[in-house]
Amino acid sequence: MSGESTNKDKVISKRIDRFFTGLESAYLFVKRFFKEVWFPPYEFKEVIRQCYQIGYNSLPLISLTGFIVGVVFTNQSRPSLAEFGATSWLPALISIAVIRAMGPLVTALIAAGKVGSSIGAEIGSMKVTEQIDAMEVSATNPFKFLVVSRVLASTFMIPILVLYTDFVALLGAFVNVHANEMTSLSTFFVQVFDALSFLDITSSLVKSVVFGFTIGIVGCYKGYNSTKGTEGVGKAANSAVVMAMFLIFIEELLSLQVTNFFRQQ
Amino acid sequence: MIESVVQVRNLVKSFDDLHVLRGVDLDLFRGENLVVLGKSGSGKSVLIKIMVGLLTQDEGSVKVLGQEVKNLNSKELNELRLKIGFSFQASALYDSMTVRENLEFPLVRNVKGLSKQEKDKMVEEVLDSVGLLQTINQMPSQLSGGQRKRIGIARTLILQPEIMLYDEPTAGLDPITCMDINNLINQVNEKYKTTSIIITHDLTCAKETGDRVAVLLDGAFGASGKFEDVFENAEDYRIKSFYDYNFIKQ
Repeated sequence: MSGESTNKDKVISKRIDRFFTGLESAYLFVKRFFKEVWFPPYEFKEVIRQCYQIGYNSLPLISLTGFIVGVVFTNQSRPSLAEFGATSWLPALISIAVIRAMGPLVTALIAAGKVGSSIGAEIGSMKVTEQIDAMEVSATNPFKFLVVSRVLASTFMIPILVLYTDFVALLGAFVNVHANEMTSLSTFFVQVFDALSFLDITSSLVKSVVFGFTIGIVGCYKGYNSTKGTEGVGKAANSAVVMAMFLIFIEELLSLQVTNFFRQQ
Repeated sequence: MIESVVQVRNLVKSFDDLHVLRGVDLDLFRGENLVVLGKSGSGKSVLIKIMVGLLTQDEGSVKVLGQEVKNLNSKELNELRLKIGFSFQASALYDSMTVRENLEFPLVRNVKGLSKQEKDKMVEEVLDSVGLLQTINQMPSQLSGGQRKRIGIARTLILQPEIMLYDEPTAGLDPITCMDINNLINQVNEKYKTTSIIITHDLTCAKETGDRVAVLLDGAFGASGKFEDVFENAEDYRIKSFYDYNFIKQ
């Protein structure tokens, strides 16, 4: 009996140990990013290449998703407002929902799936095929070339994608509102912007920057630390997505508290 | 007296409970091709990875071109690495880049002030020396295993290193391609005046390319000398069986 409990204790202590070691290594990874990002050489060409990969290549998926979100959300909200004869409030309701929460959240979750997994898998496979070692022995800093460039690109591009998703989602909402209420484009967008405050837009952009950083750094961290061959690459890609999504929801919750604090001032 | 470019003394390296190197001593003299032989997992690759600072030893000293590798800061280590070419077992070509970009990668980051024409000339020259100029715009995925090895060697040659470290250059290749790679190693040594360590378990490669061979047994060198001296009159059964197995069909 006591032997069994000793074994259990050992397993638990090993798990706790692994958790804190992982936490420490993630902290050191983020610290290294902030240490290396300021100093030359700057890999501008690679940052631009990554911006293209992350931004431009995500446009079709983001466009489709954003448009559908706009259409569906408008459609689902209409019956509740119609009960109070308040369908004219639809543009205001949708703009607040899209700009404050849905635009950033939907974009970040899609990017976590598409961009985060691709960064995790790409860096992971470079790690297991010794490409990262090859960079190191040719006197190139692989952290700067691979990690700093990807994290910067994702931090720059996610806010731009969020603005684009907001626009496309509002366009989807307009199509639905126009089809049902015959509202004109100018009236729709006047109502949309009337409902928004400066705080709504800035808070949305600030949290998008945080989401972008999270997606980039988590993907890079998981890829850079992958082991065990091709199995490790799969795990790196998978855990990059899961971890990024988890952190995005936590950050969304925190940003809500912070924004509410400023709104009440 | 011939200068020793790599000097290893009492090198010890373990991974958790696995003791890989248990007191390795080695001297590599300028201009020679030293072949390090040993079974898989005997620590051959670990040895050369310590020489370029990819791994750090637990104990002992590794001096490359007179500098103690573990005492170098990152700038000094990078300067040393420019003098060492490392050819990886799986070539380690950058998948997302063309052959030209692979070769330009170390060049643009380490040689400042090169014009595009000069860069192109250097890339073409080194590709020509490995006989693969026609692959310049191809992606690594379009190349055969032997071609990838050659391009990997070309990438290390572009910085004109003094020392070449080959990690299993013939692993996974057919006998004819192996012969091509062996010839290439000898040509590189002649043309670029390099000093080389060739890590392998292929005795044909060892015989063709090595001026001297050293056999890694149980974490330390069990025998060292000319190929014929080490193998043909070997008394140690581990070395004898290694030789017999490789030439079993003869």
